[in-house]
Amino acid sequence: MSMANYAFEVSQTSAYAPEILEGLSSAERRDDAASAPVRDESDLSTGLALEDINLSFGGVVALAGVDLSIKAGEIRAIIGPNGAGKSSLINVISGVYRPERGHVVLNGVRYAQVPTQKLAHLGVARTFQNLALFKGLSVLDNVVAGRAHTVRSSFAGQIVGTPLSRRERRDSYDRAIQILDFLHLGGVRDRLAGTLPYGLQKRVELARALVAEPRLLLLDEPMAGMTATEKSEMASFIRAARDRFGMTVVLIEHDVGVVMELSDRIAVLDYGLKIADATPAEIRSDQRVIDAYLGVVSENEDGGGI
Amino acid sequence: MSALATEFTVAPTLPKWAAPVLVLIIAYGVVPFVGTSYLFEAILLPFLALSLAGLGLNILTGYAGQLSLGSAAFMAAGAFAAYNFNLRVEGLPLVGSIILSGLVAAGIGIVFGLPSLRLRGFYLAVSTLAAQFFVQWALTKFSWFSNNSSSGVIDAPTLSIGGIVFSGAAGRYLFSLTIVTVITFLAYRLVISQTGRNFIAVRDNETAARIIGVPVLRTKLLAFAISSFIIGVAGVLWAFAYLRTVEPAGFNLDRSFQILFIIIIGGLASIRGAFFGAALIVVFPLVLARLGSFLLGDIFDSGVLDMSQRIVLGALIILFLILEPDGLVSLWDRIRRRLGSALRLTRR
Ligand SMILES: Nc1ncnc2c1ncn2[C@@H]1O[C@H](COP(=O)(O)OP(=O)(O)OP(=O)(O)O)[C@@H](O)[C@H]1O
Ligand SMILES: [Mg+2]
Repeated sequence: MSMANYAFEVSQTSAYAPEILEGLSSAERRDDAASAPVRDESDLSTGLALEDINLSFGGVVALAGVDLSIKAGEIRAIIGPNGAGKSSLINVISGVYRPERGHVVLNGVRYAQVPTQKLAHLGVARTFQNLALFKGLSVLDNVVAGRAHTVRSSFAGQIVGTPLSRRERRDSYDRAIQILDFLHLGGVRDRLAGTLPYGLQKRVELARALVAEPRLLLLDEPMAGMTATEKSEMASFIRAARDRFGMTVVLIEHDVGVVMELSDRIAVLDYGLKIADATPAEIRSDQRVIDAYLGVVSENEDGGGI
Repeated sequence: MSALATEFTVAPTLPKWAAPVLVLIIAYGVVPFVGTSYLFEAILLPFLALSLAGLGLNILTGYAGQLSLGSAAFMAAGAFAAYNFNLRVEGLPLVGSIILSGLVAAGIGIVFGLPSLRLRGFYLAVSTLAAQFFVQWALTKFSWFSNNSSSGVIDAPTLSIGGIVFSGAAGRYLFSLTIVTVITFLAYRLVISQTGRNFIAVRDNETAARIIGVPVLRTKLLAFAISSFIIGVAGVLWAFAYLRTVEPAGFNLDRSFQILFIIIIGGLASIRGAFFGAALIVVFPLVLARLGSFLLGDIFDSGVLDMSQRIVLGALIILFLILEPDGLVSLWDRIRRRLGSALRLTRR
């Protein structure tokens, strides 16, 4: 795993589409490398750890003493019935919610609340259970917006078009186009995001998260409301993204078939408690999980809430 | 999707800059020579100032999604700041006063934009009213702003840029046109930049924007600053080029609403929208007056005119909100596409 991360660190700038970067001059390539964020070299074998996370909403316990440790490069599914606290967990990891007790450990740093506005700099990107695209922007601009955290030029520089702002602009657009092609979204590049069918919007959200080159990717039901074909397509995109970019993935998904096939390990939540944390094969035969979740899986196909 | 694709191919294939360049050629090359002083004084000068104010508000409300009812206050701040810079700073060229006055308006905009970090929508709009009432109160209360003139009304200075004096109605029109053109171009560059994208991101989904690394607080305050700068300069044009006097009374809440209506009718989050909306707001009362006196004769006095203006305008706004929420701009684009496809069909 550390090998994969090493490769990711080295090839950061060219990981997305080496074939396109080959066309660039070496001078431009140096610029890219210089503008890439410097990453913390500390403990990379643990992608993410949660310590004793507690969260409740006016009496409703969303998370109760949840511990979780996820290895770098792993795909970790989180399953459980509706209202089990899965989305709350992702909201805690991304700093949208502040837990009442417990810590999130990211890149070796412990946070009582993860600073949301620095999330992208910490190498974390996410998608939302309910679509959270910028409806008034085109698909391409939505994905370009995913590079917002790398922008150094000021608004004045962007208006007059300084070399820095032009370089950033070209770089963001190049990367966004590469990601869109990678996810087979090239054909809808110029459409307004809000006008796309639901399944495609979900995929655009994934593109917006991927373009940030995260080391940790949080996906909250990326396949909800999709047909079986769309689901398997999405699953292959997620696996391809992990294999290609070496990122850690936390995946919430109700479709047990997809989850079993895609994830390295599965954590099961029920009423805010983690009731299991094991490999797919072990989960399948765990009686508590069968009682709490797998037995009633068909009723949980479409999730509501955050 | 195929329907959308054909709509795109049917749209006129002229480059994007063709229409604005054509408009500028006419505005500079034809209008000054054929325009009457009525056209300049009653239509084009208020149109240019209001378009610029609409453009400024559209950056804040249309693009960044922050509702404001304080536009007239920023116009007043700009106008009075320019007057005082011009009066009190020896040797400062007019363009310098205008830029400084825009910066003053921007500063006031940032202060009154601070509530936007906590409030949104209706509550934010109400808090921007504070700007409206405070600025108007301060300008009336402290006569220093009006150079202690007894009436509170003061004459605007002569207009000049780089030694060229713009006198007469046509001259003032050219002066306004130049400033509006330059600022509109810069605003266009802004809205297509990463910063413009950040504005829309904050408007459409603040949480998602924060998560991808958009500095949300800074972006909101920047929108207030840039918007107020532009509206401040619009205030200078309104006072110096159109009215030729500087007085607080013209910058009241009615004016703030008028500018908001301009962008609602013209089209939110669109550069052209401000111009379309301002054209309608300026021309419509004139047309209504003519039409009214033609149809009803003497009964249609100024009181009735004022009343019917308000009623028709109110109805128009409701109609637009229901039928054409994207404003005149999208109506215009649709008509153009229809015409384009009709032409294409007849040619075949
Ligand atoms: N912002 C909130 N305010 C109040 N209650 C909340 C909030 N977010 C979550 N909850 C509550 O916390 C509990 C866990 O919700 P959460 O959204 O994390 O569940 P979930 O596992 O994602 O469910 P689903 O599968 O339906 O998406 C639920 O009882 C929910 O009602
Ligand atoms: Mg959920």
